[in-house]
Amino acid sequence: MSGLVPGILKGLATTVRTMTKPTHTAEYPDAAPELPPRSRGVIALLEENCTSCMLCARECPDWCIYIDSHKETIPATTPGGRDRQRNVLDRFAIDFSLCMYCGICIEVCPFDALHWSPQFEYAELDIRDLIQEKDRLGQWMPTVPPPVALDEHSADPAELAASNKPPRAAGLVAGGRPARVARPAAAATTAAEPTPPVEPMLPPRRRGPSAAELVARASDIAEQQENGGEAR
Amino acid sequence: MTALEVTLRAVAVLAAFLVLPLLVGQTEHKVMAHMQGRLGPMYAGGFHGWAQLVADGVKFVQKEDLTPAAADKRVFRFAPAIALVPYLVALSAIPIHPGVQAATLPASAVFVLAIIGVGIIGTLMAGWASANKYALLGAMRAAAQLLSYELPMVLAVSSVCLAAGSLSLAGIVTQWHWWWLAWQAPGAVVFLTAAVAELQRPPFDMPVADSEIVFGAYTEYTGLRFAFFLLSEYAGIVVMSFLFAVLFLGGWHGPYAGALGWLWTVAKAFAIAIVIIWLRVAWPRLREDQLQRLAWLVLVPLALGQLLLTGAVIAVTGS
Repeated sequence: MSGLVPGILKGLATTVRTMTKPTHTAEYPDAAPELPPRSRGVIALLEENCTSCMLCARECPDWCIYIDSHKETIPATTPGGRDRQRNVLDRFAIDFSLCMYCGICIEVCPFDALHWSPQFEYAELDIRDLIQEKDRLGQWMPTVPPPVALDEHSADPAELAASNKPPRAAGLVAGGRPARVARPAAAATTAAEPTPPVEPMLPPRRRGPSAAELVARASDIAEQQENGGEAR
Repeated sequence: MTALEVTLRAVAVLAAFLVLPLLVGQTEHKVMAHMQGRLGPMYAGGFHGWAQLVADGVKFVQKEDLTPAAADKRVFRFAPAIALVPYLVALSAIPIHPGVQAATLPASAVFVLAIIGVGIIGTLMAGWASANKYALLGAMRAAAQLLSYELPMVLAVSSVCLAAGSLSLAGIVTQWHWWWLAWQAPGAVVFLTAAVAELQRPPFDMPVADSEIVFGAYTEYTGLRFAFFLLSEYAGIVVMSFLFAVLFLGGWHGPYAGALGWLWTVAKAFAIAIVIIWLRVAWPRLREDQLQRLAWLVLVPLALGQLLLTGAVIAVTGS
């Protein structure tokens, strides 16, 4: 009984205090909601960037991306030159009734043709209308927000790092291909050329093993297999 | 009193009876919403949803009027009227201004208390005639609640009547002095608690406890008849608020009472209505046994103590 009276007074005080504070109601259709950054509303297609490589369609966990394309031949520009072929995108459609908004297609697209847009108001009365063709997907592009700024002290973005790289050394290995600088073995063969200044992407531990190490490891594995066989 | 005057008074009471409960209902919508951090109705009528209850009424009218096959059909259909009309009658006996009340009665306090008790018969009829166990349980709870809370309520009112030396509501207001606020305070608390219990409003809404017995006696009702039960609840809030304002807050007493007395009465009643809404928002529902315990072990002794206090003060002052 002693805790009852403070309790019921507390109840009254709480409700009155709530009444004096602003409400939490989101007046959604009248006022746009405040969405968090990187909201996953709809997938926008930048058609010019798409090469019909089908990576997105193949990675899609529920197979909701449909791509049709054909090849076109571009005649050689110089006499005696080789005709080139390029893919032309005929159809790019996402079935949003199947899409689970995992974003894998956007992750895998090597050419930045797919983007998240925060727009979410594309409900339909007929489920079949949720298949959005490429013109509709392209219309979402203006709504794609600019990429979020990088964190403080983060590494440069990949494209910036690439453009800031010093120009490649003039002396190349025979065959016109640049040496694979990440491989120490390859570097050893071209010991004469100046080594690139830094390899920021790979920590030292990740360098490949030497040939001697590889041989030793292979013999170890063979030994283990033999022992395992005997044990059985 | 001519026939014209009688008609005018009846129409005025009817208008108040139809408008004030809607006003209280709309206030409840908005006050409850803001107490819960919401906005409440915002669309109907355009400005902050002022016509929400009108829209609700239109919806209720459009609904099908169902009567269960096993129901006692005549009683079932008649019950909402029994629940509603007593509050209309009670409203007519409440004085709002010096000399202004729809029906002038010599013992209006007794009359109002008696007629309010009739409303419960509507709930009982509804519960019994519905042929539904939840409805019956709800009706029984309502009846038990009325029985236990009518006594403290009558005791609290009798204390005020004793203080004023009058059984007429207008007489009580005439005799009222500001220091009655302190003198009759325990009685006021008892009256308000009993009033909320009689109205079956939270925290005393066991007769319609939706988590236990669906919607109590009103489970089988639809459409307009259901709306009548809801209207009777809000009309009950209006009547109880006016009664509280008249009995304990001095009715029309206030600055410029000669001209603005009616406004004072309405303002006090409205404040009490907001308190009744506030209690609903702030407190959870009591259990049925806690309800009975509160009535018999707290409210009745408190009301008897108030009666004793009133009698002692009168005996000492000799007024």
